[in-house]
Parts: sequence; structure tokens; C-alpha cells
Amino acid sequence: MLDLKAHLKALVEAHAPSGHEGPVREIIRTAWTGLVDTMEQDKLGSLIGIKRATKSVNGTAPRKIMLAAHMDEIGLMVRDVVDGFIFVHRISGVDNRVMVAQPVMVHGRKPLPGLVASVPPHLLTEEARKKYPSFDELIVDVGLPAEEVARLVRIGDLITPDVPMMDLQGKKVAAKALDDRACVAAVTACLDALQSISHSWDVYAAATVQEETGLLGAKTAAYQIQPDIAIALDVTFADQPGVDSDDSCEMGGGPGLGMGANFHEKLREKIKDTARYHEIKVQDDVIPAASGTDAWAIQVSRDGVPTALLEIPLRNMHSPVETCDLRDIERCGRLMAHFIAGLDADFLAAIEWDDLKAKEKASA
Amino acid sequence: MILKELSEAIGVSGNEDAVRKIILDAIKDHVDSIRIDAMGSITAIKKGTDSSRPRVMLDAHMDEIGFMITGFDSNGLIHFTAIGGVDDRILPGLRLLIGDDKIPGVIIWTPIHKNRDQHVVKMSNLRIDIGVSKKDEASGKVKKGDRAVFDSRFMEIGEKVLRGKAFDDRVGCSLLIDILQGGPYPADVLAAFTVQEEIGLRGAQVAAQTFNPDVAFALEGTTANDIPNPNADPDKDEDPNPTCRMGGGPALTVMDRSMIVNPVLLNFLRQTAESNHIPYQLKTQLGGGTDAGSIHLANGGVRSAVISMPCRYIHSPTAYLNRDDYAHTLKLIQTVLNTITFDEAGRN
Repeated sequence: MLDLKAHLKALVEAHAPSGHEGPVREIIRTAWTGLVDTMEQDKLGSLIGIKRATKSVNGTAPRKIMLAAHMDEIGLMVRDVVDGFIFVHRISGVDNRVMVAQPVMVHGRKPLPGLVASVPPHLLTEEARKKYPSFDELIVDVGLPAEEVARLVRIGDLITPDVPMMDLQGKKVAAKALDDRACVAAVTACLDALQSISHSWDVYAAATVQEETGLLGAKTAAYQIQPDIAIALDVTFADQPGVDSDDSCEMGGGPGLGMGANFHEKLREKIKDTARYHEIKVQDDVIPAASGTDAWAIQVSRDGVPTALLEIPLRNMHSPVETCDLRDIERCGRLMAHFIAGLDADFLAAIEWDDLKAKEKASA
Repeated sequence: MILKELSEAIGVSGNEDAVRKIILDAIKDHVDSIRIDAMGSITAIKKGTDSSRPRVMLDAHMDEIGFMITGFDSNGLIHFTAIGGVDDRILPGLRLLIGDDKIPGVIIWTPIHKNRDQHVVKMSNLRIDIGVSKKDEASGKVKKGDRAVFDSRFMEIGEKVLRGKAFDDRVGCSLLIDILQGGPYPADVLAAFTVQEEIGLRGAQVAAQTFNPDVAFALEGTTANDIPNPNADPDKDEDPNPTCRMGGGPALTVMDRSMIVNPVLLNFLRQTAESNHIPYQLKTQLGGGTDAGSIHLANGGVRSAVISMPCRYIHSPTAYLNRDDYAHTLKLIQTVLNTITFDEAGRN
């Protein structure tokens, strides 16, 4: 039985920004060992776990469903080292406003705990108090003598928040990198549930790289897998001040299910049917155009792939205190397992566009 | 080392109980008398060996800056305000521990995808999330008036640096404990571990009035801001940040917002440091004040000075202290206790 919380903690506390996913990939590889039949790694670094069908349908080759959750996180990079102090670039969408005074880990020749410098209020001018420091003004201090820093830290080294997962009330947790490792955990929960449920499709579970820098890993992983259908998983905005209620899901209200052009409408309906049948809470999440998720890249892979999006509601996205509800992760994993168990030989026909069939009927 | 324990203890101004308990345990076998005054400060006396010496008050404040819970939204999010000086710019995404039960909470922040405004959001518009979704669930866990502190881990970095929260002024408390555990000294030591420094130097006022010392020293963790100034003009050859330097030895205050240090006493400190090969630095940065600001005005007036350990990033979740600065400050004060006379303390 999977200890979901312990698994999630290991995932989010690993330091692995876009393009440098190695440490978290190994944690996922270990977690998936025993849950899948075989694992592959594509050339960009995405990990693909393959769980073969456990029952056959009329002796035909099994169809393939791809589950995709990205394992990279946002982060910083060393831009310059001046007198032992480190200046930074950002890798993808880091928010400068949440970085001041935060503990960070500088991944030099060895991991160096540090923090983002703040100026004591005693010394601040009224003018300085009005605006957040820009990325150019952020300084990381690892507290070591300048010559030691020069020896241990090089331009291009990575910097990530150094914060443990924190328990909040109920089943809620706050951590860095819940975007999108909460969804990796949901995929693991799905694979775990499938150990005791038979299924006739092959499951390709992909922990993708470089989502935050442009949905890159999902593109190559989808090409390699050639799935018949796909479910992408990502976090979505949970209800909180500053986020429009029409544009958010309730934290703890079940996974979000994307609605819009980026998602195959019939596939979406089938997932919703599964949720209704198994009494698993889901929430409609309206995303009219670009979803900004791996679904965007997978949908247009090769000949096109019917793709859906499941989402974990998340507060404070792209901050070191991203917050979500473990129940939503568990529900998301269970929903996918039930959906996969229900896939049969007729499924693809059932979600095809029926225009041509209607024409054939008419001409018959 | 006791600094770890002191740093991790929670003692926001007005509720210093947890810190007081640690200090009482640490000093009770090393002083001749000990009491807790009406404010909550510890006043302890360690008798000297030479009655011709002045009675020296040493002060370190127990309290730290923090927050107080002020209300609740219907969705369970929590309002808060600051106790002491906090820069609003460090608040987004911080982790806090609230109340005696140390309930964990985070300061929520609208995702960058939805808002990129770089103007600082006032504390009154920020909220703490403890993971509940209704007002009565929130008020069942934390109460209006509960105090909150930064959630921060103590850590040793390399050979020289210690990091943790509330170094202002737990480093002073730690130092004063070390002083009391040492000795005896020729001079009487009147040790005050005071409350409510961060909200107006209040505990020290009462302690000084009670002790009526001949001379006093406030022991502090003070602002080192010896980091590069990213906005400095490279063509101007000026010190970008004229404050104390970490590793530069104890900082002797010349003047701050709360007082002008008596020049005779300051010179005595400088000469003591120089003749004992103790590095020191002078602090002239005007921002901030210390307990000496209220002690020097106590009763008929007390000749007072401030001896500080330079710490980076005070009033934030994590400050840095150099062990050498701590050791040099300890040596300086112990030397002062061994040598000070009424010539330096002044006679009434």
C-alpha cells in the first residue's frame, strides 16, 4: 500500500528544476519499481513507466493510454559571484516577490544552504519599501568566506528553495514543487491502485521534463509512446484572494477536469462518467484556449491524440508555499485507475467524431 | 550550544515566557539572587569580589519581533499584524508558527500568473492560511491575540557561521548567560534579561530603575548589511552599505536613534579592545535603538554603552552570526568586568 504523503514529501523535497530533473527522476524510478513492468527514459530525460494490460481483448494488441505529469520545478541559476555573494537568473516562472528572506539551496560542487538576502527594516528608505526587489537585486548568501564560495560555486549552478513539506490542518500540505509533483504522486497512486484492478489497455506513465520551460518533455515523450489517448495532469488555481472564482477550483473539492479546445470533449465526458459512477468528486475547470499544460503538447503529437486534463487545485502557485489537499491527489489517482479499468476494445470507436458514421448510415 | 535553544524558543514581545524558562535554568546556579519583575524581565545579581568597583548592569532583551492574529475571514483565512519592525516585502510565501500550540500557517500569495504588480502589498491585505476553509474552524485552532513567529531552523554553516531566527537579541541572551556562568568578576554584575525591547525599550526601563546601576551595557545583535549593493554606481568609490561588517568584531555604538554614547565610556571600551588585541568596529548607523536608550535615562541617569554582535538579516526569518564575533564580544565584556572602575563609570 502506497504511503501517499511520504511519497509526495520525497518528491517535493528533491531539488530538480527544469533541465536538471535527475534527482527526482530517481525517486520516481524507485517508487514505480514493482508498480510497472518496465521503464524507459527518452532522450530529453522523461521517465516512462509501462504497465502492461492484465487481460487481453480478443487476442488483439492492447491499446495505449498515456498519463503525463511533469517532474521539473521552477528555480534559479547562478548569474554571477561577487565577493562571495551570488546574483541570480531565473529558470522559468519564478516570482521575485516570494523569494526575499527565503532559505535556498545552492547546488555547487556540494549543496550549500543559503538564503535570499533581505535588508533590515532599520536601514530601509521609504522609497525602497514600496517595491519588491527585482531579480537583478536578489542576492543569495551562503554565509561562507568569499574564497570558499569562489571555489564551490560556478556560474550556471542551480538554486532551489530549501524548504520542507509542511503539514497544515486536515489533509492539506504546503511545499515547493507541488506544481507538478502532486500530479506525479497522483500517477503513482493510480499505478498502485491498478495492482489490484485488471485492465486491458497498456498504461504508459510519463514523468515529463521541462514543462515549465515550454512543455518540452511531453512533446518528445508523446512522440515516443504514440498513445491512443492521453491524460495530462497539472495543478490548477485553487480559490484564494486575487484569483477569480470562475477561474478556480475548490481546494479539497476533487480534481479539476479541463473543459475547452485543448481537451477531447468525448474523452472528457467518459472521465466524468467514471467519476460519477464511482462517486469521486470532480470539478469542471473552464480553459477555453491554451491550457499551458502538457495536454497542449500531447494533443498535437503525430496524428493527433485525444487528450484530457486532470488537475490538482493548488494555492500560491509558483511560491515556496504551494498548498494542496492530499485527498484531491488520492481521488485523482483513484479516478484514473477506474477509468483505465473501464477501457475496452470499443473505447476508441466510442469517442470518434460521428459525422462520417452518420453519412455512412444515411447512404446505406 | 544554548543559542540554538534560545533561537528556536518563541518569545514575541509581551510573551517571553519560553525564553525566560531557558534562561532561568541556565543561570540559577551561577548568580547570588534572581527575581522576575512585574514586567516579566529577569533581574539577577552576581556578586563581585571587590566592593570598590562600580555596579555594572548588563542587559539583553529576550523578546523578538513577530506577529499577532487580529481576525478571520469567512473562508478561514486569518488577518495579522506585526509586533516590532518588519519589512512587508519579506512576507509573501513565509511560513509561520502560531500560538502556544505552534499551529503551522503560510502567508498566501496570489500566483504570478494572475498578478505581476511589483508594488508592495500591505500586511493588512495579506492573509495566513492554516489549511481550514471556514471561520469557525480557524478560530477553533488559533485565537485572536495569539502571537506568531517565523518558522525557521537553526543551522551551523561551515566553521564560522551560525544561522537562525531571533538572533536580535538571543545572541545577547546567550552571551549574558556565558558571562554569568563565568566569573566571579571584581565588579557586581546586575544582569537583566528584559522584555518588550522591540516595542519601545520598555522592560529595560523598569529593570534599570530597579537596579539603579553605576554603569550599564546593552548587549545586542545588530544590523550588519555588508552585502553588495546591486544598485551601486561602479564609478563612485564609496562604501555602498555603511553598516557593521560580519566578522569585524564587536560593534561599539557611537550614536543611534535612541542615544548618544558617553565618550568616556566609549573610549574605555576602545582602549580595552585595543590593548587586548580584540578587533572592534564603530557603529554610527542612525537607524534603530537599543535598551541602552532607556537605561541611560533611568532614575538620575546611567552612563551607558552598547556592545553588539553584527548579524546579517535581523528582523527576518533567518539571521547569520559569525562565531568569532561572539567570542571577541565575550572577551571584551569579561575584560571590562575585570577592569572597570568609577573613573570610567562616572561618579554621582
